[in-house]
Amino acid sequence: MAENTMMLQIISPDRVFYEGEATMLEMTTTEGEIGVYPGHIPMTNILKPGIVVIHEGDQIKRAAVHAGFTEILQDRVTIMAEIAEWPDEIDVNRAKEAEERAKRRLSEKGEGLDVARAEMALRKALTRIELVERYK
Amino acid sequence: MASMREIKRRKGSIQSTAKITKAMKLVSTVKFQKSKGRAENSKPYFDKMYETVSSILAKSGNILHPYLTSGGDGKKAVIVITSNRGLAGGYNSNIVKLVLDSGLSKEDTVLYAVGRKGKDTLSRRGYEVAGDYSEVMEAPMYTDAMDIGKDVLKAYKNNEISELYLAYTSFKNTVTHIPKLIKLLPVNQAAADEVLKDGSDDQRPPAPMNYEPEPEEVLDALIPKYVCSLIYGALMEAAASENGARMTAMDNATSNAEEMIDQLTLSYNRARQGAITQEITEIVSGSEALA
Repeated sequence: MAENTMMLQIISPDRVFYEGEATMLEMTTTEGEIGVYPGHIPMTNILKPGIVVIHEGDQIKRAAVHAGFTEILQDRVTIMAEIAEWPDEIDVNRAKEAEERAKRRLSEKGEGLDVARAEMALRKALTRIELVERYK
Repeated sequence: MASMREIKRRKGSIQSTAKITKAMKLVSTVKFQKSKGRAENSKPYFDKMYETVSSILAKSGNILHPYLTSGGDGKKAVIVITSNRGLAGGYNSNIVKLVLDSGLSKEDTVLYAVGRKGKDTLSRRGYEVAGDYSEVMEAPMYTDAMDIGKDVLKAYKNNEISELYLAYTSFKNTVTHIPKLIKLLPVNQAAADEVLKDGSDDQRPPAPMNYEPEPEEVLDALIPKYVCSLIYGALMEAAASENGARMTAMDNATSNAEEMIDQLTLSYNRARQGAITQEITEIVSGSEALA
């Protein structure tokens, strides 16, 4: 392949989710959104639930990735995702329900509420909905 | 020689046992194919996770972090993965033996048991069971591994346990399953170095790694994932090994039963022929006496 591509691997516990060349990659980390071109300095990031955009020349692929980390090396990027989904694998109705549930839990502020967990669930649901509805 | 009726009864009972073992073999063959596939699918994640964490540790030099240094003088903990059902040959007893022989004494070891067989045997031997997750063994999922991981990490953080081990049966191929005891926490720097040495055949120079956020925070997030993924991988391999072991055990049982049936058929026929001969002799000698 041409020089300005990098190997991309997205691995989730159940399967190798994606494997191939990419010219650019966008993702959401705990520090904010970043874009990675080939030849990036070696870096390890923690991922937040968000959309990973894979640029393969003119082609663009999007996937929802929830929780995980990435290892960026000069010529290759490995994303270890706990959950990774293509848009057509997402059930929007379920995501919307999850959004409602998480919002309700956060607004009730009930006894023994795990705020971090509820926020995480909300963010996951929003990522799923965004991916399906905006990029259909 | 045993009587004909007795032999016939034994043969019948062995035949019905053979039917059961044959059916169980078929069932476990199907289950084995499924769990083998899942174990193979999870392997890349498991391996990559191990490799990544090891290389991060090796590259990042001497970071001081609670997950890397032994935590206090609390008890040791072992996650013991066995099956819920028996009839799997030496599968469960190998794991139990491994734990008993590992030098983890029952006084300062607590168990997190996955699988009823191992839990029952070891608690009878006097080990304390801190957590029981036996129901996940039916169909292990990643969220189950996360639940177990969360519990043990919490105990580790609260200094209730100082070291964490994982005892499971690693799946090499259909007939070879190796019981293994590996150390999960504190993360073993020596093992990490070894992995890096093994990987030295690819020519990548070990570039210094950058972390975003700080290395401590990355490790904080990474190591729980690392522990969970190792638990998940172990669950997958154990499930495949369990079904493989049961398949082999049931295959052996079936062929043993067939062998026994053959032998019993032979001695049944012999006994029947003996009885006929005896009857003839009696009749002949009776008619001779009359003549």
